[in-house]
Amino acid sequence: MRIITFAQAICEGILEEMLRDERIITYGEDIAKQGGIFGTYKCLLEHEEIRERVFDTPISEEVIYGSALGAAIAGLVPIVEFHFADFLFTGITAITNQIMKLRYMTGGQVSLPIVLRGPDGVARSAAAQHSQSIETIFMHVPGIKVVVPSTPYDAKGLIKASIRDPDPVIFFEHKSLYKIKGPVPEEEYVIPLGKADIKREGEDITIIATARMVHEALKAVEILKNDDISVEVVDLRTLVPWDKETVLKSVKKTGGALIVHETWKRAGWGAEIAATINEELFGQLEIPVKRIGARNVPHPFSPPLERFVVPNAEDIVKELKSLF
Amino acid sequence: MRIRWEEISKEKLVWMYETMVKIREFETVVEQNFLRAEIPGFVHSYVGEEAIATGVVANLRKDDYITSTHRGHGHLIAKGADLKKMMAEIYGKRTGYCKGKGGSMHIADISIGVLGANGEVAGGIPIAVGAGLAIKFKGTDQVVVSFFGDGATNRGAFHEGLNFAAVYNLPVVFVVEFNEYASTAPAREMIPVKNVAVRAASYGFPGVTIDGNNVLEVYEAAKIAIERARHGGGPFLIEAKTYRLKGHFIGDPELYRDREEVQRFWKKEPIGRYEKFLLKNEILTSEEMEEIKRKVREMVMGAVEFARNSEFPKPEEALEDLFVDDRGYDY
Ligand SMILES: Cc1ncc(C[n+]2csc(CCOP(=O)(O)OP(=O)(O)O)c2C)c(N)n1
Repeated sequence: MRIITFAQAICEGILEEMLRDERIITYGEDIAKQGGIFGTYKCLLEHEEIRERVFDTPISEEVIYGSALGAAIAGLVPIVEFHFADFLFTGITAITNQIMKLRYMTGGQVSLPIVLRGPDGVARSAAAQHSQSIETIFMHVPGIKVVVPSTPYDAKGLIKASIRDPDPVIFFEHKSLYKIKGPVPEEEYVIPLGKADIKREGEDITIIATARMVHEALKAVEILKNDDISVEVVDLRTLVPWDKETVLKSVKKTGGALIVHETWKRAGWGAEIAATINEELFGQLEIPVKRIGARNVPHPFSPPLERFVVPNAEDIVKELKSLF
Repeated sequence: MRIRWEEISKEKLVWMYETMVKIREFETVVEQNFLRAEIPGFVHSYVGEEAIATGVVANLRKDDYITSTHRGHGHLIAKGADLKKMMAEIYGKRTGYCKGKGGSMHIADISIGVLGANGEVAGGIPIAVGAGLAIKFKGTDQVVVSFFGDGATNRGAFHEGLNFAAVYNLPVVFVVEFNEYASTAPAREMIPVKNVAVRAASYGFPGVTIDGNNVLEVYEAAKIAIERARHGGGPFLIEAKTYRLKGHFIGDPELYRDREEVQRFWKKEPIGRYEKFLLKNEILTSEEMEEIKRKVREMVMGAVEFARNSEFPKPEEALEDLFVDDRGYDY
């Protein structure tokens, strides 16, 4: 199998879908001139036949997101790049009050094949307005599917599924993952939304994570190697819908769960998963469900502060050791 | 625009020179040290746009307010910010303006009216409008200047901000730094009018387009706008045409424009132009200008030394400053 980067995998997924379906357009800030600030549109630039359907927009987020709704109703399949997840906030009403409600409000008259995608997460001192992981917000408000891939393989399969999905999907690509490499087959494949992936099997506890935290969890397992704690790592891959079945099955098997997310701990998506595990598996757990997330402050700029605020493999190791 | 520079004091003319040189030197050193990996995060250079901050702020008092952008170092320096504290913040040190929490994109000094740089494009506009409201309610004769780029004029916050300021006749001067690019996007492709100054007309107040690389022209336009705002005349839009000589951020591969275009604009950069004027009118000699440059360089190097020698904040300090009572509330 070929080894390609996460950014290339996303690009290939979009490219294949655009070549397959002429209704797909993709737009946003800074994508068409040099292939996106993180290189996620590079491969599109080499394809003359789709060039017209890849274009830059003014800095007008409410219209960028809101127009996706209009375009979808009128027959297109828009893929919109949100540039930085932080700037979802500058157009939030278009998403939460419009895109996420129209089908429901109209009694199911329309389907809205919209993909909002782009980078999120903490990366190297981008500071408070460029570092946020805000996937929880879209899990809380009903009306959009939420995807958070962790590997190039998953990213490609999931972006294709998201584009083919008849409903709105928001797709978060962690900035620090764009350059990671991994095997991606030449042949076409699609990964259905809502299916978690067990990234590592284990017996004593289940770690439930997404995106960058999957890698931190796997690193933690490596560090722990000689400590005799056998960890199962479940990568949710999608938060709406989330794969309750796989999670409960794994936690039932191991008897414990540690949820790790990069977003703030307070009312982060882990709280939802933890509560569900408690509701469904009360009495079958050997240890209480635990959560790790960012400290409840905005992301500070200075490197030692930033490192302190977001979780990493060592925090996971510490938590695991305290549990056993 | 007729420039009556003879009416400007020599002191002010020299201040403008020194300020532009200070901004240029500061940005040059920040760029070098960023490329040497001494500085974390993103840095957006103001090189080539020095005349705008300088010419505008030359008309402001210490108690007037400004809002700034991700490209904010120049605005802060012109408003009189401390270079050491700025540099330390850019280095992420606890002696910096924001104790290392803000970084290049979020420097603020409320004590001199700098209401903050902003990582969100057009993010400063509503803040400026709010400060304008405060001035109105307090009944003082302060003024607010909001700096932002051409790209920002496409955001709702710009249009809403201009309308709001006009409706309440607020003392806000909006300054568009029209530097031709918004990240990779050329203004000519993203803005359907040649001059965004015309947008002011839809909100019922004046807008002017000026040469933003001529510090005296900026000074004159800002003087009119600021005096007007100070005396109850309401908002004003100044569109200062300039050019972003550096990449969007330091390290930008700049695949979206050709070097030849950049070279062409280097010939119009504001400091060299102003030097010619100062020489021709015998306001400063070459020796005096050299002396100013030498002093400024020393000052900037002092700021770098200060930043380098300062400590990083302790990790737990991340939990401070969220609320006034400072209990952290980390649960
Ligand atoms: C609301 C928002 N959208 C997008 C961005 C990403 N971004 C940062 S700077 C920039 C370009 C800004 O252009 P302009 O306003 O002209 O200012 P300049 O950088 O030219 O000074 C963009 C798109 C952002 N910071 N904020």
